[in-house]
Amino acid sequence: MVGIVLISHSAALAEEAVALAVGIAGEDAPIRPAGGTDDGDLGTSLTKLEEAVAEVDQGDGVVLIMDLGSAVLTARTFVEDRADVVLADAPFVEGAVNALVTAGTGAALDEVVAAAEEARTIGKLC
Amino acid sequence: MDTAFFLRWIAAVTERVRADRDHLTDLDRAIGDADHGANLDRGFTAVEEALAGKPPQTPAEVLTTTGNTLIRKVGGASGPLYGTLFRTLGRSVGDVAEVSQEVLAEAFAQALAAVMKLGSAQEGDKTMIDALAPAVQKMRASLEAAAQAAHDGARATTPMRARKGRASYLGERSIGHQDPGATSMALVIDALRAA
Repeated sequence: MVGIVLISHSAALAEEAVALAVGIAGEDAPIRPAGGTDDGDLGTSLTKLEEAVAEVDQGDGVVLIMDLGSAVLTARTFVEDRADVVLADAPFVEGAVNALVTAGTGAALDEVVAAAEEARTIGKLC
Repeated sequence: MDTAFFLRWIAAVTERVRADRDHLTDLDRAIGDADHGANLDRGFTAVEEALAGKPPQTPAEVLTTTGNTLIRKVGGASGPLYGTLFRTLGRSVGDVAEVSQEVLAEAFAQALAAVMKLGSAQEGDKTMIDALAPAVQKMRASLEAAAQAAHDGARATTPMRARKGRASYLGERSIGHQDPGATSMALVIDALRAA
């Protein structure tokens, strides 16, 4: 199974986004939050990201979905050394749900990334 | 420029970040989230400890340890950006005992490219690039000219409208404030003169 990590500036937002995605999509694939700094402030922690990736990594690759600012930059820095971890350019919540649904079917890494990114093109009012 | 030179540089940056912590945070309060000074101070304090804990043997080790520690400890967007700057400098100077000014200038050019790529930022976006890019152009001439160009570049961010980073959310309201990231970058480059 492809693993998913949700990286947010906010620890609470990352945790709740995981809970929301699991509530909608189930937990067939592993998903973990990496939000806030080591001290729990707004920001991003490379240590938390590394731990979350290690927890969801089953050998089939990991998708990272970020919200903004330092979350994006920290994720980009992290994947420099990891070919099996890929960034999805996707809306945080909708991308997470799409990715989790797709990963839960046993889809491959590129399919999970594509599903997450597809969430960008789906309108809410049309 | 040997290992001791680079250690003096990082020590000077650490000292100035600490001294200017509140000023940087005030600039960031105007157009950001008021944590730039505190974040950099936390990062460079951790760098100070890392360098003291395991004294580096080469210029590259000083720079790489500095970069890795900033990425891990800063917590804000400036962590990966400054971390990438110092890591790229370390990689570029290579495993040598002495670095010439020409090699340092080339390393800075590579570091500029890496930071621009990471942040998807160009000159004129009202970011640290506006201090770094003009400094890199002058680095081959002299460290004094590079420092002056960095300060001039940072001041020139005041009338700009932010297109990248936290301040870009403010749109027009980002105009009229000097960019905190460009200001701290000028401080980092200026500290080369004290090394």
